[in-house]
Amino acid sequence: MDAINYVHEQLSLKPEFPAFRAGDNVAVSYKIVEGNKVRIQVFRGNVIQIKGTGATKTFTVRKISGGVGVERIFPFTSPNITEIQVLKRGKVRRARLFYLRDAIGQAARIKERKFIRPTKK
Amino acid sequence: MNGIIGKKVGMTSLFDEAGRNIACTVIEAGPCVVTQVKQEDTDGYYALQLGFGDAKEKNTTQPMKGHFKKAGTSPKAKLVEFKGFDAVEKSLGDEVRVEEIFNDGDLVNAVGITKGKGFQGVVKRHGFKGVGDRTHGQHNRERAPGSIGASSYPSRVFKGMRMAGRMGNQRVKVCNLKVVKVFPDKNLLLVSGAVPGHNGSYVIIEKKNS
Repeated sequence: MDAINYVHEQLSLKPEFPAFRAGDNVAVSYKIVEGNKVRIQVFRGNVIQIKGTGATKTFTVRKISGGVGVERIFPFTSPNITEIQVLKRGKVRRARLFYLRDAIGQAARIKERKFIRPTKK
Repeated sequence: MNGIIGKKVGMTSLFDEAGRNIACTVIEAGPCVVTQVKQEDTDGYYALQLGFGDAKEKNTTQPMKGHFKKAGTSPKAKLVEFKGFDAVEKSLGDEVRVEEIFNDGDLVNAVGITKGKGFQGVVKRHGFKGVGDRTHGQHNRERAPGSIGASSYPSRVFKGMRMAGRMGNQRVKVCNLKVVKVFPDKNLLLVSGAVPGHNGSYVIIEKKNS
């Protein structure tokens, strides 16, 4: 394991994104390569899962697009992610929000966290 | 062939310059010790025998102890012979390190013993499709092999017929893996793709002749 961590220290990017957690509403800007053109697309949705550790840590963002649920998994160390904006802090009681997949309408909403405790360093 | 003995550490994934996520295997490669040099005039061919990994003194036989003593090294767990080793000039007892043999971007072959899967059926072992139906008159046939031959002629099953049996635990060579990076200070080798065997098992990394 030490050897693997060493490899990551040498080769992986250190992401500098604002802290967020499951239930938060985020906008992820990421690069898309079309032929030889590079443009930036924004994926906005709720974080429903943060998974893994170190260089293989990922987060899943879910949004409803045209009435269809769309989920996208982003690795934290991906060089294609240019920016992550936290738009809303959600008030949720679990770390993995898979119940949102089955929830419809009002039940699929996440309450906003009004009082945000300062994050401990 | 130039090569080195290593130990599989584990797998991970990294992003390359193009932003693609590539699966990589981390190998603790060497440093190996030259335990024997085979020469044309004495052995009929030129080869280097390398040793890697420490073995316990008490588990080493007397003849092998003598062999290691001759090379002036502690007992080694894994010995491998590399024919026509020409990367670096080496003599008995010398150390062989990763950075002497491999560079970033090289193509290598990896030899290891695959994970043992135990007694496996024909679907997993040989990639048979099975019956594919749960209904339509099927009963307990879902993963069955089907016919294994004709009837009264030949009245036997041909040799080599693919059937269920022990799977894995075999020596396998995976060809044309790319060296992503060499870490000389930690004796690590990072190759793209998978390498046969458990984490912690010995692997032989051979350099492709270019």
